[in-house]
Amino acid sequence: MEQCTACGTEEQKQKLLAVIDASRETPGCLMHILQEAQGIYGYLPIGVQQMIAEGLGISLSEVYGVVTFYSQFSLKPKGKHRISVCLGTACYVKGADKILAEVENAVGIKCGECTEDGLFSIDSCRCVGACGLAPVMMVGDEVYGKLTPDKVKEIIDGYRREEK
Amino acid sequence: MEKMVNLKINNIPVSVPEGTTILEAARKAHIEIPTLCYLKDVNCVGSCRMCVVEATGARGLVAACVYPVAEGMEVRTNTEKCRQSRKMTLELLLSKHKKKCLSCERNHNCELQKLSLGYSVDEDRFKGEDYVLPIDTSDAAVVRDNDKCINCMRCVAACKKQNVNAIGPIGRGFHVHIGSAFDMPLAESVCVGCGQCIVACPVGALSERSTIDEVWAALADPAKKVIFFTAPSVRATLGEAFDMPIGTNVEGKMVAAIRRLGPEYIFNMDITADLTIMEEASELINRIKTGKPMPMFTSCCPGWVRLVEKRYPEMIPHLSTCKSPQQMFGALLKTYWCEKNDISPDNVFTVSVIPCTAKKNECHREELEGDVDAAITTRELARMIKTAGIKFTELPDEEFDNPFAVATGGGAIFGATGGVMEAALRTAAHMMDGDFQVLDFFGVRGTAPIKEATYLVAGHTLRVAVASGLANAQIILDQIKSGEKQYDFVEIMACPGGCVNGGGQPTLSDSVRNSTELKEARAKALYMSDSQNKLRRSSDSPVMDVIYNDYFGFPNSHKAHEILHTTYKADKRL
Repeated sequence: MEQCTACGTEEQKQKLLAVIDASRETPGCLMHILQEAQGIYGYLPIGVQQMIAEGLGISLSEVYGVVTFYSQFSLKPKGKHRISVCLGTACYVKGADKILAEVENAVGIKCGECTEDGLFSIDSCRCVGACGLAPVMMVGDEVYGKLTPDKVKEIIDGYRREEK
Repeated sequence: MEKMVNLKINNIPVSVPEGTTILEAARKAHIEIPTLCYLKDVNCVGSCRMCVVEATGARGLVAACVYPVAEGMEVRTNTEKCRQSRKMTLELLLSKHKKKCLSCERNHNCELQKLSLGYSVDEDRFKGEDYVLPIDTSDAAVVRDNDKCINCMRCVAACKKQNVNAIGPIGRGFHVHIGSAFDMPLAESVCVGCGQCIVACPVGALSERSTIDEVWAALADPAKKVIFFTAPSVRATLGEAFDMPIGTNVEGKMVAAIRRLGPEYIFNMDITADLTIMEEASELINRIKTGKPMPMFTSCCPGWVRLVEKRYPEMIPHLSTCKSPQQMFGALLKTYWCEKNDISPDNVFTVSVIPCTAKKNECHREELEGDVDAAITTRELARMIKTAGIKFTELPDEEFDNPFAVATGGGAIFGATGGVMEAALRTAAHMMDGDFQVLDFFGVRGTAPIKEATYLVAGHTLRVAVASGLANAQIILDQIKSGEKQYDFVEIMACPGGCVNGGGQPTLSDSVRNSTELKEARAKALYMSDSQNKLRRSSDSPVMDVIYNDYFGFPNSHKAHEILHTTYKADKRL
């Protein structure tokens, strides 16, 4: 089994331990700690979950069960540019499935994955509260609306150019 | 005085204490409500919806296993509405259930199958998404076929009750399945192989990794001398697989049945229970004298040993170095017995019959490899007897083969919680003080989760503790570590109630399990056998005299250490 030391920096580890220490006594603190941990590490690899399990005196199996129950938690690292395609009702009827397919095509990975160079990751979400602009996707904190497959390609290319 | 509540179930008036569930109240009216996810003392979550009933004052159908009774309530358990709902529930469960019933281990002993027949379901009414999960065969103790799993959570609850928590639900919705964290193979998880999940499973999703085929092959091989030996508690439960009353001691029929399977010899593992006591009692006395790590823990339960290695590796020095009776028997046969009879150990195939799944892993441990060639559970033995067409209940009573036939009552009670402690006390006390005559140590008997007692022997105060169930074991361990409790000798059994309730024992139907005190009934058979035995103390066994005079010299001798003792290694898991 991969050990805790295998992931993250000492600074990240200290931050997480502080979060665990501060919330340990609060009933139902696991969700909060997982959210904070994901904030610190960007995702929840086995080493991080082991630290949380050990810190709370619960089993890894219990932690993993909660992590896999909620779609907000990720077991895989996220890219520098996190693409989130809305598959909520309004976006969906406006062809969000085609938008997602084009994002996957343009970036070259599947939804839930991260590119090898760490530049992009793709996720789907349920409604970002911009139904008037459907179909919608987010890249980082930026919202892009009234999308078409062509526009998707342009946006992705824009981020690529920016990196060069 | 508890408050009583009066209600009617299917028009039958019943009076039950406040807080009773409809399910329990119905039993009082001799009505059985069907259940799937419910299992007495293990799981009560009201999630499967099989036990739905109509109750006045409730909106819609309610789950009888969790719904408390109320004064004047009228309950109907068998209306068209209930039946239709249960049928639909079953059909939905079957939509993604691997229906390979013909070859399933639990065929004819499956709760889902039983209910499906009763409710005349159409097993193909709904077609679930094709979602095929791998079968986890990584562990010899527990094999998981999640395509048969109905997500009732009974195994998860059983594991939680042991406070091992190796498994849990993963994911959500249609794709939720039970497994270890990160879907790692069970063998790599914190699982210790106690098998309590297997006996909790209502369907065929969990089983031991069967070695029946290897045993058949050895039996058919003319070059192999196959030797069976049966653990103390198997005789107390094997009869259940042949519909005999719980708690029937079937030693004679068991021996007769195994003899008809065709091995060279069938021996009594109670012998090495006695041998364990000789070694363990001597080790205890030695530890008391030298002040070696105290308290000393028993080491005959491999589930418990694995827990120490995986979760409390710092406590390894406290484990007795004695091999378990299973391993001692294998080792004894392949050394002493082979030498005496001028047989090459390579031509001997040793088969232990055990109530336990963890012992299937134990015999493959590096340090123990070769002692035991195959370990089969009580369930597997029952299957072999049935396959061979042996009419178990009609068999005459027969006796074990010499020279390993006669054991003491101390060996017999190994199969129940407190038994090893009592057997050890009988011999240790006598070794310390030749005039010590007490044979009954009532303080360590019974199915209480944790028992403590103090005995004065030869000027020493022996403080002992007994725990069964791994959750209770962890309570004791933590108390010892923190210094809250001090003991000299501690017996731990991984399974609640000890081996009689082991993970390899016959799986009884829910209706029996939910209304019987299994542990007590099965243990009674062993204590009865002990009280009827003229030999109660392991050190009084004539077989022990022969073994030590012929071969080992004396307990804890150099030779005994080489053959009958073992080592442990830290293997920390989360």
